[in-house]
Amino acid sequence: MTADIPAVTAGADGTAPIGGWTTGTVVDVERPTDRLVRLRLDVADRVEHLAGQHYVVRLRAEDGYTAQRSYSVASDPADPLVELMVERLPGGEVSGHLHGVVEPGDALELRGPLGGWFVWSGDPTAVCVAGGSGVVPLVAMSRVARRLGIADRLRVVAVARTWAELPYADELADHGAFVALTRENRAGRVAAPPYPDEIEPLVAGTGRAYICGSAGFASYAQRLLEDVGVDPATMRVEQFGETG
Amino acid sequence: MPITRGFTGRRRAPRPDRVPPGQYDTGSSWPTLTAEATPRVDLDSWRMVVDGAVVRPATWTWAELHALPRSAYSGDIHCVTTWTKLDMTFTGVSVDALLDAAGPQPAATHVMAHSTTGYTTNLPLADVTGGRAWVVWEVDGKPLPTGHGGPVRLLVPHLYFWKSAKWITRLELMERDRPGFWEQRGYHDRGDPWLEQRYQGDP
Repeated sequence: MTADIPAVTAGADGTAPIGGWTTGTVVDVERPTDRLVRLRLDVADRVEHLAGQHYVVRLRAEDGYTAQRSYSVASDPADPLVELMVERLPGGEVSGHLHGVVEPGDALELRGPLGGWFVWSGDPTAVCVAGGSGVVPLVAMSRVARRLGIADRLRVVAVARTWAELPYADELADHGAFVALTRENRAGRVAAPPYPDEIEPLVAGTGRAYICGSAGFASYAQRLLEDVGVDPATMRVEQFGETG
Repeated sequence: MPITRGFTGRRRAPRPDRVPPGQYDTGSSWPTLTAEATPRVDLDSWRMVVDGAVVRPATWTWAELHALPRSAYSGDIHCVTTWTKLDMTFTGVSVDALLDAAGPQPAATHVMAHSTTGYTTNLPLADVTGGRAWVVWEVDGKPLPTGHGGPVRLLVPHLYFWKSAKWITRLELMERDRPGFWEQRGYHDRGDPWLEQRYQGDP
């Protein structure tokens, strides 16, 4: 793992590009809230990703100590930069550094793109249900759908406690996502998890479901989708734990 | 590779000997990671099957599996997403007992583990023999929770945990290696955490 690994294309299914270790130069840093940091990176020898894939970010101290975590890509593959939206977790060793220290011009060790299951490139028509920062890979999918002019093939349901805590809330809502806030009344909707009758019309005609969020959210979303008739065999799940 | 400007790291104490490189001790929590919807396994119709390159394909019902000699593992588990969990105890049966019943053919070199969901993962036969692999249904004395692969999962604790297929139902002996679900998507064919064999191309 210390050696540089050449980019390879993985997979008997032949669809998911896989990249090796490389370096990303931070071009832009934005901290939309005190818990979120958006990094835009110029990635050397970049392998173009599919919407839904992720990168590993590895931090290296002077004594050689390293820490690494995986983060979903928010950007469209056609974007010249790779965009990550990282949520700062309490005591998060990597997210804390990215949120508190990183500035433009810094170089970060990256490995990716990785993951070839939770990906969408335009078909089939899909419903996506994400909780909190689980929306990030769906943002990439939604940007792809818009670029290709097929936004109707991707129905996004974003669940968060409040509008302010939802990454990309404005962008998602502006492009037709259904946003369910559980702790805040907004635009005439009383705070509550999504109701089955809110989800049902979005599920009609879909051939796949994407679920992204914490483990607890993922099991909730699975039940919600099953309740409105989605076949579990069509569900693809991306969960994240309390890794910092 | 370059030093990360301003990064010192949280832990200045040496990494414990039991935590492999690039891993951290997750403490009391046990993260759940799954690529598919969590299934409801019906134990009345569930079977454990060992087939493929074997002398006698073998099948066990839930009750028959429980009638085999119990075998337990006490120790650590390691997930490729970088968490390591120390001091777990899993109880079930040794994969050796299942393979002894089926009798691997001499040409068998690898195993494909199959889950009820269709998930697969490939392993060298040598990694699931010699008391190093189990089919388990209890963790720390309690039934294995569904999210962690319950009611029954494969346990190969010396390899990254994606090899320990949740909701196991079949071990298929193979005469050559063939990539499973994650292995087709860039993950390592063996997955030794001490060698950091996370992705294809790692040592």
